[in-house]
Amino acid sequence: MGMANIISDETIEYVGILAKLELSGEEKEAAKKDMGRMLDYIDQLGELDTEGVEPMSHVFSVQNVFREDVVTNGDMREEILKNAPGEKDGMFMVPRTFE
Amino acid sequence: MELRNMTAAGLAAKIKAKEVTVAEAAQEVLDCIEEKESLYHCYVTVDKEAVLKKAEEIQQKIDCGELDGLLAGVPVAVKDNLCTEGMRTTCSSKILENFVPTYSAEAVRNLEKAGMLVIGKTNMDEFAMGSTTETSAFGVTRNPWDVERVPGGSSGGSAAAVAAEECFAALGSDTGGSIRQPASFCGVVGMKPTYGTVSRYGLIAYGSSLDQIGPITKDVTDCAALLEVIASHDEKDSTSVRREDTDFTSALTEDVRGMKIGIPRDYFGDGLDAEVKEAVRRAAGVLEEKGAVVEEFDLSLVEYAIPAYYTIAAAEASSNLERFDGIKYGYRTAEYEGLHNMYKKSRSEGFGAEVKRRIMLGSFVLSSGYYDAYYLKALKVKALIKKAFDDAFAKYDILLGPVAPTTAPKLGESLADPIKMYLGDIYTISVNLAGLPAISLPCGKDTKGMPIGLQLIGDCFQEKTLIRAAYTYEKAGKEHGYKDGKTI
Amino acid sequence: MVIKMAKQYETVIGLEVHVELATKTKIFCGCSTAFGGAPNTHTCPVCTGMPGSLPVLNKKVLEYAVAVGLATNCTITQFCKFDRKNYFYPDNPQNYQISQLYLPICRNGSVEIETETGKKQVGIHEIHMEEDAGKLIHDEWEDCSLVDYNRSGVPLIEIVSEPDMRSAEEVIAYLEKLRMMIQYLGASDCKLQEGSMRADVNLSVREAGTAEFGTRTEMKNLNSFRAIANAIEGERERQIDLIESGQKVVQETRRWDDGKGESYAMRSKEDAQDYRYFPDPDLVPVVVSDEWLAEIKAAQPEFRTEKMARYKEEYDIPDYDIEIITGTKRMADLFEETVKLCGQPKKVSNWLMVETLRLLKEKEMEPEDIRFSPEHLAGLIRLTDEKVINSTVAKEVFEVMFENDTDPEKYVEEKGLKTVSDEGALRKAVEDVIAANPKSVEDYHNGKEKAIGFLVGQTMKAMKGKAEPGMVNRLLKELL
Repeated sequence: MGMANIISDETIEYVGILAKLELSGEEKEAAKKDMGRMLDYIDQLGELDTEGVEPMSHVFSVQNVFREDVVTNGDMREEILKNAPGEKDGMFMVPRTFE
Repeated sequence: MELRNMTAAGLAAKIKAKEVTVAEAAQEVLDCIEEKESLYHCYVTVDKEAVLKKAEEIQQKIDCGELDGLLAGVPVAVKDNLCTEGMRTTCSSKILENFVPTYSAEAVRNLEKAGMLVIGKTNMDEFAMGSTTETSAFGVTRNPWDVERVPGGSSGGSAAAVAAEECFAALGSDTGGSIRQPASFCGVVGMKPTYGTVSRYGLIAYGSSLDQIGPITKDVTDCAALLEVIASHDEKDSTSVRREDTDFTSALTEDVRGMKIGIPRDYFGDGLDAEVKEAVRRAAGVLEEKGAVVEEFDLSLVEYAIPAYYTIAAAEASSNLERFDGIKYGYRTAEYEGLHNMYKKSRSEGFGAEVKRRIMLGSFVLSSGYYDAYYLKALKVKALIKKAFDDAFAKYDILLGPVAPTTAPKLGESLADPIKMYLGDIYTISVNLAGLPAISLPCGKDTKGMPIGLQLIGDCFQEKTLIRAAYTYEKAGKEHGYKDGKTI
Repeated sequence: MVIKMAKQYETVIGLEVHVELATKTKIFCGCSTAFGGAPNTHTCPVCTGMPGSLPVLNKKVLEYAVAVGLATNCTITQFCKFDRKNYFYPDNPQNYQISQLYLPICRNGSVEIETETGKKQVGIHEIHMEEDAGKLIHDEWEDCSLVDYNRSGVPLIEIVSEPDMRSAEEVIAYLEKLRMMIQYLGASDCKLQEGSMRADVNLSVREAGTAEFGTRTEMKNLNSFRAIANAIEGERERQIDLIESGQKVVQETRRWDDGKGESYAMRSKEDAQDYRYFPDPDLVPVVVSDEWLAEIKAAQPEFRTEKMARYKEEYDIPDYDIEIITGTKRMADLFEETVKLCGQPKKVSNWLMVETLRLLKEKEMEPEDIRFSPEHLAGLIRLTDEKVINSTVAKEVFEVMFENDTDPEKYVEEKGLKTVSDEGALRKAVEDVIAANPKSVEDYHNGKEKAIGFLVGQTMKAMKGKAEPGMVNRLLKELL
């Protein structure tokens, strides 16, 4: 069966920018094929008439879950930085961001 | 009876009666791990010394009467996507290989509050994405019933560890069947509770609207007890539900008289293995004999659950996994040129193929111009699926069917064709979309000697009905049991 | 010779204003929002995006957002949700920002502004709630950047106007109006310099009389009214130049450099600007019931127009003073609290209108930056009333008080600034001055009334200013 969704190199490149993933040539070809097939598969949903159906993000009507505006956390800096790959002066060290 | 053959509840009773110490139980588990781990590889991390030290502390608390919970002193394993303070938590991914959380998941805290002893962290499909535990960055877990076969996934390590007696019980997480399917493949009991019953705080998210933590145990009694331990309302999780009916062990009664059980015809169509079909039908017969009213019906929309699920889960995952960027924790690539190159290299080297596949798909379906056609459409289909279940539960107390179309496949057979692998989730996935509770329990073996799972699905918050039916079946059926303790 | 008629252009401006809310804690966790902590000391697993952490909404954030919406005549979305805005940047620990796209809390409002050209309504498109990002610090030494998440998760509302403004003057009037309303609500202190109020300017130009909008750009990094005015002028000219030279305006985000007086594009290949918004599955919908809405409405404080009317009724002070004092919540509060303490509205108003305004201007400060307390201003007024110090000394003391909120009573005591009312000591000083200035004494006796002024000055000098001038005058006349 031929694919209805043909994924271009540009699309894979673009999605790679969004997802911050860099695929090798081989991975890219595989990704194009996989994504095309998955989208063909997902296109089945088009067979269903969903006219007037409210999109459901939460299954139950749980609503209005709040915190009171009260400080509950103290200084956790040491814990927060514990797993950092780069640290300096109590901060996370990252490659230079351009300004 | 050997110590290792005991159920969690049985062991807890012995500990309470001072016939067994927590240290003895812990040592027994550690010995078992020592013997079998090279064969099965259920764990990513076991901290032997900490376990023995902790065992002493728990014993003291039991002795002075501070701890008298249902499962106090019982060694338990935890899936490696649940944060454990001071104990490495990897999600079986290279990107979190050295991540040591500074806090524990609420479910883990509940285990500790109840005096249970966390033995270690079990192997899983990377970030819970997979159905075989083969996508783990730290090697596959093997099925204790046949080491050439997969234990299922993504909670494969937890299910295999329970089956192999490398723990007395375990926690798993279920986003699309990740507790029920490995439980079924390994011949143990697994339950996915109603969404919101167990706090997700500290569970490293895959698909936040679908993820639930649940027990994997040797029998239904342990399942009810462990669920009772971990269920709690948590103010740190906005989706946590306040429930008054979490005394699940009170439902351990042999009584299904008048219970209305619906069998979805759609669950018995093409693709279902004949032996699995036969075993599940037989199980329905057992419950009917016990007084349940069993009836077939058309649930509808079953085939649409998989595409809807993969759209929603991949979309949420693509966002949930953005935080793994090599800045705050986790893997950072050795060499890079600038910020964005660091992001890309760290993530591309840190994530495995299946995770990248789902992140790419998820980013695509949310991207400009596709959101309505894919993501929003999937949320509408989800609403239809929920409606179909609502209609079914207007007529039936529970639904009954298989957990998976087949028993455990051989290692290496599934990953080649993702869509075929995704099709294996057809009977479990819609339960997550609708937020329902469901239990998987053994109902026989096929001619290859592999366990077959029976799935019972309940309406929201009806875990007790499920437990009652499962318990009744377990008591009546002769065909049950995990690998080493009881025989199928 | 060809005479080319210069085309007339109209500037079309809409604003996106971010306001940091005055809550004690962050929007989704119990960390403090206080300024000035050491880096990362106001952080927790939630606001640093640790794996497994989950957000829970601060109720106060919703209440402030609704209050601002009501004050700007918005329709409140009684069923609203949060969405994730996905983009990678180190100041954004989850690499998505929790914000609102599909169902923002407020919509369709308006704010009335007044400029020299008259009154005008500026439409509010929407107001949504979101979380602030952390801070990036550039480390030249290591050639890297450092991230501090203390501000990460501080609650913001973003007020998006319609493209209803046509000049920098209107923009500033709109911002001042918004700022005043929000300050009156107590929802934020709205300090531009400190970043608790930030404005992004969307601007396009079109030939006067055309109906369609031109292509717009978005300008960021505007942290003073002056920078905003400069940026508007600069961008208007840049766009007109492009059009006149036959080029096209590109829709983009630009960063204004107020020092250089120019802007530059913030584009990058890695910046796709495709935020993949979707409802945040970790948060549940917010339902604002009619009852709750009514409660928030009832709790709204007195706004400026009501306050002005009340001042007119209650206090005998000039209309001009009322206008200035009610112009900011800070001044109005200070005025009312001080009057409550000393019961002298005229004197309080005087101190605010004269000395306070003078020093604010001199030090380039905003009323929000005023440090002295109502207690201390009342104390100073009492000291002058009771003639403990004279007015010259009072002004000196006020300057010190303005600087560090010094207690005037203690200060006067410590520095020995009390007016000398001991007649003996003063009489002695006057005698000395008379003895030392025979020429002036003679002049006085010869009918030169002015000479007494010189003698008063000399006595005051000898007394280091701490004398009551009236008393000096009386004694001089007596002894001469």
